[in-house]
Amino acid sequence: MENLERILAEHPFLAGMEPSHLEILVGCASNVRFEIGQLIFRQGEDADVCYLLRRGRVSVEVFSPNRGPVVIQTVGEGDVLGWSWLTPPYYWHFDARALDPTLAIALDGKCLRRKCDEDHGLGYVLLKRVATIIEQRLQATRLQLLDVYGNHS
Amino acid sequence: METIPEKPFGQEPMSTDPRHFRAYRMKRRWQETHDTFTIELAAMDGSEPVNFAPGQFNMLYVFGQGEVPISISGDPRQPSALTHTVRAVGSATKSLRRLKAGEGLGVRGPYGSPWPLEGARGNDVVVVAGGIGLAPLRPALYELLHRRADYGQIVLLYGTRSPTDILYRKELARWRARFDLETLITVDRATDGWHGHVGVVSTLISKASFTPANTTALICGPEIMIRFTALALEKRGVTPENIYVSLERNMKCAVGFCGHCQFGPLFVCRDGPVFSYPRVKGLLAVREV
Ligand SMILES: Cc1cc2nc3c(=O)[nH]c(=O)nc-3n(C[C@H](O)[C@H](O)[C@H](O)COP(=O)(O)OP(=O)(O)OC[C@H]3O[C@@H](n4cnc5c(N)ncnc54)[C@H](O)[C@@H]3O)c2cc1C
Ligand code: FES
Repeated sequence: MENLERILAEHPFLAGMEPSHLEILVGCASNVRFEIGQLIFRQGEDADVCYLLRRGRVSVEVFSPNRGPVVIQTVGEGDVLGWSWLTPPYYWHFDARALDPTLAIALDGKCLRRKCDEDHGLGYVLLKRVATIIEQRLQATRLQLLDVYGNHS
Repeated sequence: METIPEKPFGQEPMSTDPRHFRAYRMKRRWQETHDTFTIELAAMDGSEPVNFAPGQFNMLYVFGQGEVPISISGDPRQPSALTHTVRAVGSATKSLRRLKAGEGLGVRGPYGSPWPLEGARGNDVVVVAGGIGLAPLRPALYELLHRRADYGQIVLLYGTRSPTDILYRKELARWRARFDLETLITVDRATDGWHGHVGVVSTLISKASFTPANTTALICGPEIMIRFTALALEKRGVTPENIYVSLERNMKCAVGFCGHCQFGPLFVCRDGPVFSYPRVKGLLAVREV
């Protein structure tokens, strides 16, 4: 447990978090590992985990009937994978697949929601961090959509 | 009033008279991607090669077709192979693509401010390129690697639209195999068979190994990409004064006479194209300058 708490504290997503909050989060956390090519979650399935990636890379994909799986983004060490545990109806909107041998901390989504409901201080801190990352991802996605390398007139 | 920056350590331009061309012939041309090619030029009169500093550009004139500023993309230690990488977007660049081996063109230059490789000595160097922006940065990479021991970590972050738009594939493969250079490549749109990063180039900044407080960053690419990359570098802790960007504006004279390349109080041809970021940061945020 102590080891897991240290790993959690070292992850950029939780860096600088109060020890009392980390202690609560440890109760929702477990170490997980994925092999190359392994599907981590699939669109439409229950979204009940948030992954803090420690090593490796993961592709976020959407399945298109004409093109097959299309990679829309890759995330890796230090990143967070999966927001859908946060808002109803708690289903994954994309597929996620390990591109490398991948190590992560899995935070149980139901457990996180319960702890946040019980301790609004923790909930606020966690949501602020999640909001920062979602904002960064949104900016990056907007840039990606802009097609900045195109031949603009 | 703006001061004209120090002269680069490359050779002075052959002439500041924009009518003075040197006649060159196309030695070789090869395709890099579907719309981008590299040309190697040789002086018609067989005269001494012209030295240049990484980041400088030449004006290339295809007779009767127009003249365009194009960065020198070759190795500054081998100036005899005058090399340019060109993306065919309009009339002049497409006429460059049509040139056959042996055919002539006019060249004047080299012009402009170079990447600050001397000032970066002792620092980590992060090179961030977007699309064709890798071409003006390639001479800087050659020079950084020639003088590898003078620098700390060297990182190349390169973003393109899709895997088929990646320039200099063989060279990138060699660079990726080096232990003393961290090369990360990302694409905006993945296609089948691509197993690398997907996402904009600024997302690679958090993944690279360098010490922000001791880092010099060199950025070249579309202006939007430059803005977001500089912001991400600042966020990671790189001092704005240590961030350098290369800008593009349409040019005519390339020697500070005509005002065509004006960017606020600056002339890109004379004061740039390489600027320290704080010098242009305010201007980059303005719509019409
Ligand atoms: C200092 C400097 C260094 C440069 N270095 C290089 C280089 O190494 N390689 C290179 O390929 N280009 C480089 N450029 C850009 C190059 O000069 C222009 O692409 C060229 O002038 C376009 O001329 P054109 O007659 O072919 O196109 P035009 O007929 O002038 O334009 C045709 C179309 O292309 C679009 N267009 C024009 N310029 C660009 C551009 N830069 N990117 C995307 N679309 C454009 C126009 O909006 C228009 O729609 C550099 C520019 C500067 C100022
Ligand atoms: S192109 Fe004439 S002043 Fe710059």
